[in-house]
Order: sequence, then structure tokens, then C-alpha cells
Amino acid sequence: MSKFLLHINGQDHSVQAPDEESLLSVLRNRLALTGTKYGCGEGQCGACTVLMDGAATRSCQIPAAAAAGAKITTIEGLERQGRLTPVQDAFLEEGAYQCGYCTSGMIMSASALLHDNHSPTDEQIVTAMNGNVCRCGTYPRILAAIKRAASLSAGGTR
Amino acid sequence: MTTRETASLQISVDRRGFLKLLGGGLLVCLSPSSALAQESGRGFRGHELPNDVSAWIHIGADGRVKVFTGKVEVGQNIRTSLAQAVAEELRVPFESITMVMGDTDLVPWDMGTFGSRTTPTMSPQLRNMAVAARELLVEAAAKRWNIDPSKLTASAGKITTPDGQKFITYGNLTRGEDLVKSAPGDPPLTPATEWKIAGTPVPKANGHDFVTGKHQFPSDIVRPGMAFGAVLRPEGYNAKLDSIETTAAEKLPGVKVIRDGDFTGVVAEDAFTAHQAVEAIKAKWTMPSQPSNQGLFDYLKANPDGESKPDHQSGSVADAYSSGDVKLESRYTTEYIAHTPLEPRAAVAEWNDGKLTVWTGTQRPFGVHEELMQTFKLSPKQVRVIQPDMGSGYGGKHTGEAAIEAARLARAAGKPVKVVWTREEEFTCAYFRPAGLVEIKSAARKDGTLVSWEFHNYNSGPAGIETPYETPNQLIQFHPSKSPLRQGSYRGLAATFNHFARESQIDEMAHALHMDPVAFRLKNISNPRLRAVVRAAAEKFEWDSAKSSPERGFGLSCGTDKGGFVATCAEIAVNPSTKNVKVQRAVQAWECGAIVNPDGLRNQVQGALVQGIGGALFERILFSNGRIENPHLSKYRVPRFSDTPQIDIILLDRKDLPSAGAGETGIVGIAPAIGNAIFAATGTRLRHMPLTPEDNVVKS
Ligand code: FES
Ligand code: FES
Repeated sequence: MSKFLLHINGQDHSVQAPDEESLLSVLRNRLALTGTKYGCGEGQCGACTVLMDGAATRSCQIPAAAAAGAKITTIEGLERQGRLTPVQDAFLEEGAYQCGYCTSGMIMSASALLHDNHSPTDEQIVTAMNGNVCRCGTYPRILAAIKRAASLSAGGTR
Repeated sequence: MTTRETASLQISVDRRGFLKLLGGGLLVCLSPSSALAQESGRGFRGHELPNDVSAWIHIGADGRVKVFTGKVEVGQNIRTSLAQAVAEELRVPFESITMVMGDTDLVPWDMGTFGSRTTPTMSPQLRNMAVAARELLVEAAAKRWNIDPSKLTASAGKITTPDGQKFITYGNLTRGEDLVKSAPGDPPLTPATEWKIAGTPVPKANGHDFVTGKHQFPSDIVRPGMAFGAVLRPEGYNAKLDSIETTAAEKLPGVKVIRDGDFTGVVAEDAFTAHQAVEAIKAKWTMPSQPSNQGLFDYLKANPDGESKPDHQSGSVADAYSSGDVKLESRYTTEYIAHTPLEPRAAVAEWNDGKLTVWTGTQRPFGVHEELMQTFKLSPKQVRVIQPDMGSGYGGKHTGEAAIEAARLARAAGKPVKVVWTREEEFTCAYFRPAGLVEIKSAARKDGTLVSWEFHNYNSGPAGIETPYETPNQLIQFHPSKSPLRQGSYRGLAATFNHFARESQIDEMAHALHMDPVAFRLKNISNPRLRAVVRAAAEKFEWDSAKSSPERGFGLSCGTDKGGFVATCAEIAVNPSTKNVKVQRAVQAWECGAIVNPDGLRNQVQGALVQGIGGALFERILFSNGRIENPHLSKYRVPRFSDTPQIDIILLDRKDLPSAGAGETGIVGIAPAIGNAIFAATGTRLRHMPLTPEDNVVKS
């Protein structure tokens, strides 16, 4: 059991949790930040993706204690003063979901990708996103949404 | 008021009570018959909702419309498409509608959301009610103004006089009223050709909540003072508990172990500790010896579960087969596969003064309601099941295991408890799409006319078993078997495997006859709707110029089930050295009557195809002696971005035909289309689903 501070979406949260407890478990079960989802617990589905210092990270795969000191962004932290990010807008515009359970993880992975690469090719998107599962099979729409987000950002609309 | 209305509208005291809860206004219920509508003496809360009413619509003084239905949203988009249907008939803006779904205290009893039934059954009922409500409002306005009602127009939530001078909103009309009306029957619905809101690509109703993480799925529900539960699982199927030792678990901080017959579970203050505690329980099990993948299909054939009769029989297959010019006899097999909904089963249970409330992900809230009543010996009123829009199900969430577990633990712990299954529990404790075996004997004349079709399905199921090909002599039969694993519903049920077997066989017949597979199909199909999708898919795919080579194959399949018609073309590439197969391109033509929401429909049909790629190519449950051997996503491969081909979906809109459901049948075409494409490229006929579990076609 240890005590540490997590810096999430611009706020500090004091957490007490067993050393091995995952960041995902702490977010969902201790901080009620349930926008980040559990899908497999083994790093295979991407539903739990958050940004740690800007990098897409599977929160089920790292102990929460190891995330102390990092800047963590979850899906709840993207919207600023009622304004969605281009990626969120693009998911809405493309209707890039069915049940929406994979959506948080998809948006976080896509945000990291577009941060590093402003205009990824289809192939680069597939490579970057292949660790994210959409069981409803909306991949073609998610791909379209990521491309739309890239052009939204490039067009200087934000 | 028209005679039809006068005869049919009934007032119920209980419904009035319900209306009071809603703050007055107009409440319209639909009854299948006015006779039933009259007997409305029963209570209105909880399970005592009268079963003669399938849904109701409420219009409040603020003009907001609430639609109450027992159907649930699992990603198939009915929260949106049903609201569109109501908005259309009621003549109100889409945004003024709120769908209240799957809450057993608020909505009428419903069997469940499965079998592609919502669009063909619930949607027309809601439309009927909406028409009845609109007619009532028009009548009321006419009375107020002393005008002939047929002169008035209803649109955008208001009623306007012929000269456009005067108007009144629905909200103003219902303000201060306490109107409960029950309407039966078949009022004239707006024909699809005149739809303005239905038939359009309205976006998902609450999309914003999904892209911001605000939407609370069942596993996201948090209750004040809530604890977390976990359950001890048996070592495998039919395992018997020999001994159990729980002291180590009980020593963990705040852990309570709960034993109740065969059930052992724990409650802890946090989820991590709850799971740790279950792992700390030492249990010894005895497992009987049981079947494995090895020899599964012989086992299924040798172990019938009761008698069966032919599903279809005509002429004499024995005579026709022996007299055919081209004959084929083949055997097809499919493994068990798992739904793997991304959100596992989850429930939060809370007991208050003897009343149990459970939030859970289920396709059958009233089925779970029943299970909870029975398990805990409660009256209908003492149980409430609430189903938040969930992380899908695909037929896999019909039962209430997690709900019962959470309720049991919550009762013992004296506080609300959340149970979320792990991915491993999803694989080992839920149920599978049945494995199965199909044996086919078919014969045709030299000119390509099918003459004989004998089709036996063992265990997989009877959905989509009948052939759409005109064949004078047929024997088609489903033989239920004793399944070694727990099996149940799955998107499309057995239609996927039955189509795989049939369409592979048809393809092989075409090749044996040296006929083009499309020409052979069209020669033997008379149903114009099926012909239309085959033609549409083949044209878009440019079938006529698609010539297969050893490294590139083109295949086609078609079929129909549950009112949907589908034709699928696939192009595959075979890697020359590894022999791995990659689906490069797919075209799927779809028709299910008048389209309610083209965007939602396209999404469903495309998603079904993508999901179907998994079952077609690589999904399978490995099991041995009662144990699931691959209960992890790292060992159970599901389709990913890299498995997704370029896809073209062609929707045929038949505005002259009633709308059928579209959540399922879009999955049936891709497996045989891929199998047929692999044959076209390699000359190898694969008769087992998944087709390429080890990735390559030809074993090297
Ligand atoms: S839950 Fe973390 S990758 Fe699946
Ligand atoms: S939308 Fe359901 S899992 Fe992606």
C-alpha cells in the first residue's frame, strides 16, 4: 500500500492504493473517472488508453503508483470550456461508433497519433491503432474520423 | 372524434396514476385489441405493468415527448431510429423526443431485444401510438377553434389553421390536461415515400456523451457507499467442489467472504482487493472427463438431444440425387466462438427496504427481473432492473448472472455492490455460439438446374437453414445435440454457419458445372429481392471482370434471413510465400424494406461484416476436458484495423416494403464469400470455420 499524487486532467488527486493496483483500476474504482474503460486487462484491446505525458498508454498495464509525477489525460479531460477537440468532433461527425464502449480508448489513441503525426497515411493509422479493438466493427468509420480530425486540425479550425 | 377513436380509446384509472407521476399531459398507450384495453384494473408499477400494452408515449405541457419501451440500446442504434419513427408520425422535431428504455419500473413488459425484432414489431407499434396521439391533438385543436379537423395541419409540434393564421403547440394543448388514451389497431401510417424524419441519417441520439466519456455504461455505475464484489469460479465445466479454504482471503483488509450453497464470493472496499481475495481462496475441484475440440464434430453427431423432424421436406431427395448429372456430398464444420462484447457483464445491486434495484447490461431486462424474483423469492414490485445503454451484446447478454451475483453479495454485505466480470470470466462463464456440423448432398442437371438438396445441421441451429434456391426435392433438418460447452444466442444465430455451408456448396456446384457462380445462382433463385442484391453487389464489385489468380481470389455469396437480403463479394490476397490470406476488399449489398436511418443501417451492415471476418477466419474457442484454453484476447483473435478490408456497402431502399431489422443478417455473407474467393485463388476448398485459424490456407 502506498500513498501518492496523481496529476489527472490538470488536477491533483491524492491516492492510496496497493503497489500493484493498475492505473485503470484506480481511475475507475477509486476516482470514479469511469470514462476510461476496462476491456481485457492484458494490454490487448486499448479500451483503457490514457495519455501519459502525451503518449498513449494502456492504463491496465501500469501500476498507478508508477504514474505518479506524470501528466495524465483521460477522455474526461479533453473537452475544454464546452469545446470538443477535433478528434472528438470528427468521431461525432463520422458517427464512428455503435455501442461506444471502445470510443474513449479510440479517441485517446487517435489523439496521441495526431499529436505526433499531423497527417498520417491510412497505413500509419492502421499501425498506430491496431492495438485498439472495436468489437462492433466500426473500424472504417474510425479511420475516416481520424482523417477528418487531421484535416480539421490542419484547416486551422481550432 | 372519429368512430374508430371513440370505439377504441379507453381510460384507465391506473394509467392516470402513472400520468400523475409524469406531471399530467397526454399519455397514449397501444393495445392489441380494444377488448384487452378495457381490462386495465391492474397496478401500473413494477412487474404489474399490464402485458396488453407494449409501449406508451407521453406528451408534457412543455411539448417534450417521452417514449417508454422495454427495448434496449446495445449499439444497434434503436434509441435513435425508434425516436425517428415517433417524430415522423407525431410530427414533432426529433430533438423533442426522449426515449425511456429498459427500466422495468417505468416501461411496459417486453420479452427482450434480440432476433432483429425491434424494427419490424416495436417500431410499427410506436408509430401507431404516435398517429393516435396526433389525431387526438388535432381533434382537440379543432374543438377549441370550432373547425373541421381535416382542415388542420400538424407539423413541428404544433397544429395550424388552413390560412396559417392561428397555431397551437402540442404542449399548450396538453397543459393542465390529464388525458390517458389507449388506442388499438392500424391507423394509416405515413408511407415511407413521404417520410421527412424517418428515412434520414439522424446522428446517434446522445453521441456527445460517448465522445466525452460521460455516458455511464452498466460497468460505470457508482452508488453511494458502494463496495466491490468478485466471485470464485469453478475450475471448469461440471467441476465439483471438494474443499475450500477461505481464511487467507478473510484476513485481507475489509474483506467479507460470502458462501451460499455452491456460490462463494467476496466483498471488499475496492475492486483490487476483492479480486485479490478471490485469488487467495484455496479451492479443490474434481472434474469429470469431458469432450475436447478433438473429435468434437463426431461427438455432436453421435449425441442427439431429443428427436427432431425435418424443417423442410419436398419430393424425394434420394431419387433426385441419384438421377442428377453433377453430384456433390460434403461436410462442413464450425467451432464454438465467443461474443466477446468489449464491455464484459457487469451489475450494481442495491437493496433498500426489501426492494432490490440492479443496474446491469442485458438484452432482456424483464428476463433478468424474473431471474432475480425467483432467486431471491421477491414479488415483482420488489425488483427493479435498469439497463443503461451498454457495451453491446451480440446475443451474448440474455442472462442475468452478474445481476444475481451482485444482488447476492449486496444483500450479505448490507450495501450496494458492483460486480464486473473479467475478460477471462467472459470467456469461461458465459455462453458461446454453438459449434456445429453440416452435411450436404446436392445434385444438379447439366444445364445448371438444381434438382436435389439434402442438408443436415447438427447442433449449430435452425436459423437460416432453409434454402432460397428453387429445388424441387429437398430434405432440410436440424438435429439438436448435447453440447459439451454452454451455448446460446449469437448475432444471426446459426444463419452464419448455415449460409457458410450452403453458399460454399452452391459455389462448388457452380464450379463443377463450369458455370459462373453468379449466373448459377441467378438461374436457381426466383426471389426478386435476393436477385436484386446479388445483381447490385456483383455490379459494384465488377464481378464480370474479376478473374482470380493463385494470388488473388474473388468470391461471392448471398442469402436471406429475418427479412433481410444480403449479397457479399470478397477479394482476397494470398501471400505467395506464407500463404496467409488477407481480405482486401468487400462489397455488400443489403435490402430490408424501407430504410429508417440510412446512416445507422450502413453502420450496422458494415459492422456485421467486420465482425463476421473474425468467425470466418480465426475466432475459435479451444477447450479440453471442460477447460477453456484460450480465455484471453491474446489467445482469442478478434478482427482489428489491420484485418478490415476496403468495404463498400450498397443499401437498396424499398420504400414500398415494411422495414425489417438489420442488426444480424449482415453477418452471414462474408465467411462464404471469403471461402469461395480462397477456392477461386488456390483450388483449395475450406469447409471449416474458422477458415484460416493458423493464418495460412495451405499447411506448409
Ligand atoms: S483493458 Fe487495457 S488494453 Fe484492454
Ligand atoms: S462501438 Fe462497440 S466496441 Fe466499438
